[in-house]
Amino acid sequence: MSIVVETVSKRFGDFVALEGVSLEVRDGSLTALLGPSGGGKSTLLRVIAGLEQPDAGRVMIAGEDATSKPPQRRNVGFVFQHYAAFKHMTVAKNVAFGLTIRKRPTDEIDARVDELLKLVHLDGFAHRYPSQLSGGQRQRMALARALAVQPRVLLLDEPFGALDATVRKELRAWLRRLHDEVHVTTVFVTHDQEEAMEVAEQIVVLNEGRIEQVGSPQQLYEKPANEFVMGFVGPISELSGRSIRPHDVEILREPAGEAAEAMIDRILHLGFEVRVELSLGDGEKTWVQTTKAHADELELSEGEIVWLRASDVSPVPATLP
Amino acid sequence: MRSKPSVRTRPSRVPTARLALRFLALGYLALLLGIPVVLVFINAFQDGVAAAWNAVTTPEAQHAFYLTMVMVVVAVPLNTIFGVLCALAVVRQRFRGRALLNAMVDLPFAVSPVVVGLALLLVYGRRDGWVGEWFAERGIQVIFSTPGMILATMFVSLPFVVREVIPVLREIGTEQEQAAATLGAGAFQTFFRVTLPAVRWGVAYGVVLTTARALGEFGAVSVVSGKLSGRTETATLFVENRFQRFDATGAYAASVVLALLALATLLAMNLIKPKEARG
Repeated sequence: MSIVVETVSKRFGDFVALEGVSLEVRDGSLTALLGPSGGGKSTLLRVIAGLEQPDAGRVMIAGEDATSKPPQRRNVGFVFQHYAAFKHMTVAKNVAFGLTIRKRPTDEIDARVDELLKLVHLDGFAHRYPSQLSGGQRQRMALARALAVQPRVLLLDEPFGALDATVRKELRAWLRRLHDEVHVTTVFVTHDQEEAMEVAEQIVVLNEGRIEQVGSPQQLYEKPANEFVMGFVGPISELSGRSIRPHDVEILREPAGEAAEAMIDRILHLGFEVRVELSLGDGEKTWVQTTKAHADELELSEGEIVWLRASDVSPVPATLP
Repeated sequence: MRSKPSVRTRPSRVPTARLALRFLALGYLALLLGIPVVLVFINAFQDGVAAAWNAVTTPEAQHAFYLTMVMVVVAVPLNTIFGVLCALAVVRQRFRGRALLNAMVDLPFAVSPVVVGLALLLVYGRRDGWVGEWFAERGIQVIFSTPGMILATMFVSLPFVVREVIPVLREIGTEQEQAAATLGAGAFQTFFRVTLPAVRWGVAYGVVLTTARALGEFGAVSVVSGKLSGRTETATLFVENRFQRFDATGAYAASVVLALLALATLLAMNLIKPKEARG
């Protein structure tokens, strides 16, 4: 089901969490709300869920105005960063909760719980308690619980934030596959740009309560709308007063046109990637990212003077002085 | 740093300090509680088991224990319900007078039970009581009768459930309740299926303390009841009565029964606890 947010604003005392935020989420899509802490993404997600009431604006779910509806009646699935597991219930009872509330017949509930536990690879854990599960397992249980009532929309608030790096990567891929299977409109919040780029079809970058840009991972990376988005979504290097992607800088052995002169301070070999740190003529530092093959070809060594030229085509607003 | 004579003597000193601490703690408890309680048990049976049994099965004794149970059966459930609701209000809601409510709950800790009894006299006394006349006109006797004693017991055992539940409620936070809301649970469903089970442990401890307090209440009930043997005499008042009439066996035997009741409460709660700990 599609989601439409119309000029939603929300403040907590003096703090402006959201300011005139408008957004459209396509039915069946997988969208990420990306941004730094305090940027408003969790607030926006909770407004969509009905866990927060906006001060102004509307939220439409599947074409209906849901703004005044409590979360109970919005039929949204919500997954919390710290799982919000019902600690006194078994895994099976947790997952069955939404159906138990709706007084579905017992065999229907049992069948659905079985189905979902298989889906999240927790079959066999039905009679354990959340305290006996690992973080990753608890989050999978939370997902199964949210999906049990067949929500129109699935919302995840930094779902992998409390998990360690390996588990996070696994669950990211797993979420993507799950979405392919289940096709529920999914919106998740993250501050990890790598996660957003890897998982989402569409990314919404939020900063200080405002939307900076909406687009596909590729669009955001190659055509950032402003300095902030560019810096948030990928690495930045400075050259001749502009911000540029470090891999869009050419290293030349001879001066050519506008190429800037620079001295190699350090060469870092990071496996496939080689990072060359340089000092420019005016004392400013910069760095260039290149492949191992290319670096070997150029036979770079520390202390050498080389010339740097931007090889990208996309215009980016110049850095402010 | 000055070199110590032998580092090896250090480790053997620590256990001694720990042992000393344990000895002190146990010794303190033994002197204050253990030995007196043991002596009460011994003295109860000094004339034989039959004498002790007879002392606690007289009509007055039976009525006294019956009255005490009435106090407990009324005060504990009511204070439990109040306690949970009050804790919810203090922790989950923001309203004027919240801090005042929180402080007032502690009043029974601060006020002497005798003062409580006197205060009840002032409010419910038949002749000059604030609302006492209103009750008297309707033929309801509060002072020198069971209702007044129940009120006194309720007042002194009020804070325990509140005080035990508030920190637990604070700690579990609202996320589970929010999750329940997104899954479709309304306020009542969330309360009974999520909130209450989550604070079971706090409630259980609170109930134990409330029961123990209600069982042992003396001062306030003493003032309010008039101590009419066989009519308005609870078990604790009975013990005092027997003691004042130099009936040592009676006094101590009744004390033993009270102690056993308290122990039974503790045991019951310990049986419930493992289930809580698992969840």
